[in-house]
Amino acid sequence: MTEESSSTKTRLLSRGLTGGIHPPVKSDLGYWLSIRAGALIFGAAIVLFVWSILHQSLSAWTSHGIHILTGTVWSPSTSNYGALPLILATLITTAVALLVAVPIGLGTSLTIIFFLPQRLKTPITSLVELLAAVPSVVYGLWGLFVLVPWMNTTIEPKLASITGGGFPFNGATNGFGLLLASIVLSVMILPTIVAISRDVIAAVPHEQIEGALSLGATKSQTLLKVVLPEARTGIFGAITLGAGRALGETIAVAMVIGSNPQIPKSLFSTGATLSSTIATEFGEASGAQLAALGALALILMVITASVNAGARTLTRRALRGHA
Amino acid sequence: MSMTQDELNPTRDTEPITNGQSAVSTLTPPAMRLENVSVSFNGRTAVRDCTFNVASNRVTSLIGPSGSGKTTLLRSLNRLHDLTRSAKVEGKIMLGDIDIYGGSLPPTLLRSRIGMVFQRPNPFPTMSIYDNVVSGLRFNGIKKKALLDEAAESALISAALWDSVSSRLKAHGSTLSGGEQQRLCIARALAVEPEILLMDEPTSSLDPISTQRIEELMVELKNRVTIIIVTHNMQQAARVSDDCAFLLMGEDRAGELIEFGPTTKIFNDPSDPRTLDYIQGRFG
Amino acid sequence: MTDVLMDLPPDPILERRRVIQETASKKIGRRQLNSRILSGVFGLTLVLSLIPLVSVLATLIKRGVGVISWGFLTHDPIQPTLINQNAVGGIGNAMVGSLVVDGIAALVAVPLAILIGLYLAETESRTANFMRAITEIMTGLPSILLGVFAYIYIVLTMKAYSGFAAIVAITFLMVPVITKAAETAIRGVPHTLREAGLALGARNSKVSRGVILPVAAPGLITGVLLSLARAVGETAPILLVIGISGRTDWNPFHQMSALPLDIYQDSASGYASQQQEAWGIALVLVVAVLVLSLGSRFVAARMRREQR
Repeated sequence: MTEESSSTKTRLLSRGLTGGIHPPVKSDLGYWLSIRAGALIFGAAIVLFVWSILHQSLSAWTSHGIHILTGTVWSPSTSNYGALPLILATLITTAVALLVAVPIGLGTSLTIIFFLPQRLKTPITSLVELLAAVPSVVYGLWGLFVLVPWMNTTIEPKLASITGGGFPFNGATNGFGLLLASIVLSVMILPTIVAISRDVIAAVPHEQIEGALSLGATKSQTLLKVVLPEARTGIFGAITLGAGRALGETIAVAMVIGSNPQIPKSLFSTGATLSSTIATEFGEASGAQLAALGALALILMVITASVNAGARTLTRRALRGHA
Repeated sequence: MSMTQDELNPTRDTEPITNGQSAVSTLTPPAMRLENVSVSFNGRTAVRDCTFNVASNRVTSLIGPSGSGKTTLLRSLNRLHDLTRSAKVEGKIMLGDIDIYGGSLPPTLLRSRIGMVFQRPNPFPTMSIYDNVVSGLRFNGIKKKALLDEAAESALISAALWDSVSSRLKAHGSTLSGGEQQRLCIARALAVEPEILLMDEPTSSLDPISTQRIEELMVELKNRVTIIIVTHNMQQAARVSDDCAFLLMGEDRAGELIEFGPTTKIFNDPSDPRTLDYIQGRFG
Repeated sequence: MTDVLMDLPPDPILERRRVIQETASKKIGRRQLNSRILSGVFGLTLVLSLIPLVSVLATLIKRGVGVISWGFLTHDPIQPTLINQNAVGGIGNAMVGSLVVDGIAALVAVPLAILIGLYLAETESRTANFMRAITEIMTGLPSILLGVFAYIYIVLTMKAYSGFAAIVAITFLMVPVITKAAETAIRGVPHTLREAGLALGARNSKVSRGVILPVAAPGLITGVLLSLARAVGETAPILLVIGISGRTDWNPFHQMSALPLDIYQDSASGYASQQQEAWGIALVLVVAVLVLSLGSRFVAARMRREQR
């Protein structure tokens, strides 16, 4: 209470609003202005950023209209700019990546918090965090030279034999494609999911856990029926944040997805995502193609900004709920 | 506010400890026996050498100043210390004729037979009132709807909560007031039909009126379950308990059992001068 | 205790207790097994989480270490040809490019981000909250969008690819990351310190420079190093705007190269020597990122200790 009121006072003081004892000092105006100028510059840069992408794509929208979103063929050489194959590939790779990374990430968080001995917790956590430090392009390289052969000779034939060559593991295989991109993405979003879910799971009050155990629950019942449900808002936040990252990931995906914009027929199909298409085609593009790539950038921006805003709301709500 | 009147008036609290059934109850074999129970953390003893019997269908209170190890001792009775790697419980704790640390009874089964109510109400916030009450049964593998319903109703009635929640069993537990939440936790513990109910300062976070209701509840629950309660509040121990264990922190900061006996004796005619000091210190 | 009460008429509670305890004893074996299996599955997920890390690091070392030498780090690359397939070049150009681009970007981003951090930490207004939200959302935006931005404003305007355009993109990338760290660090400074400063009659600017920022320094430095670690590995935005140059060039207004970009280019090469080189660069890059990440922890821990 006292701390609260004193901090309010400080804020009033620092704004020079209390008058009396500390009248606004003229030379403080410089400080007042400079911190606002900093914010203003960045704010203006953001506005310019959004405007640049809107403006870049403008001619594409006027000449192709909604066809950019719904068109099923992306072929710059024939001036066909339908982003549906790219949007689909983006969504599919993200979904599969989440399917792989979410259970592994949650299991990892639970293990770190509830099963590891105290002295192993910090080193193991640091190792998982290390995954986040590896640059995207290195994951791409790893995917290209380590995973592609492995996928091609081991994983893809095995998966195909499971479904008997049926969907979603049908068609020709060469290692590259949506499945590999999804696996690389799952590795890349894993540390994000672990970091956030670990925080929210650790924030579940100990009393709840003891409450469940004191009723005769086993450890796993406690984790599944009490801990995970209680952390669910934050876990959704973690998943959303991971999704945001996967949707926008560029270079690693561009290196392993096969750069072949087509409506995917299976997870073995090669493809191209919104961001990988921008990366691979931007260098040689001009005119209408550049505008169409601008439209892709706009679509990507809208999707990832909404997903990130959602993630922010969820994680903030979750962590505030426990405070 | 009326409670302050009571707190200032020791005689009113110590006098009316009369209990019709207690004479009968002492004849029944003890529900739990503690023999030389010690609890240590990382080799440092927190409670040492406690030996006493918990009589069936009575309320036994553990009292003593902070740091005397009351809660530590209580939590050894349902093996909650198992969660703490550094904790070690020595001595013998018998539930009926089962040594609870003997290995014949898994801790999860033990905990379904010994319920617990905590300092702060801890209903599961993601579950409805009904799901909270039957959660213990479900954990223990009971799925029959009829049994769940029957147990839930019985437990809620016993916890004096049925009338106010029977029409909104699907509502979340968090919609209840603090006192109601604690009674929900009592109902949740009772639904598993435990033989023993451990209560760790169950009213310490509640207002006086909610506290009074819970105290009344404890007396009513005696024919259903044996209660062991840890309390800071001497008046509470005097009001609700039949037997009383007084613990005190020893010279090496480990809690020790100073005296155990019927509550009337502990409060009116303690054998150990330290008990008298504590009781008088609090009252005088 | 059931024995004792046997003489009494059947009690529904005792009857229920018997049913519950019987069911519970019957199910306990199954429940314990389930719990063990699930614990095993959880443990397995942790192992699965660590396998990629081990695989990446092992491959980096196996394929990368042999490539690295002083000459590799300092010389310019040599393009392999059909006749000279094993041409040994270096990455001097990319080292300089990364140093110039990320260094200048940091020099611009750090002061700007500290100002914004001060603004966010010390003002309470809708505008500040909105700025905070936007900054955080920017942190999660795909970096390639910043490449598009720099392309439109710098490359198209100056009609040339350049290190400068890359600097603009990387600066934009670093600012939100450092801002977040700065705000958190500044908010962590006890209010009493600021009040003490103000009570002594110091001005806000002086209090900020003299009191708040030094105390917030460990958090700030951590944020700066971490944002650098992220920037050094960024490929996508640079790819769109930097052009590419095989020569060492310190002038940011020329086309340049950068370490991650070289990995990307080399990985697509048909020559084994260039693929090999990609692993060498990747090793250099990962070591740089690790030094920055671990360095940030070390610096922060050390400064905190000194402050006590």
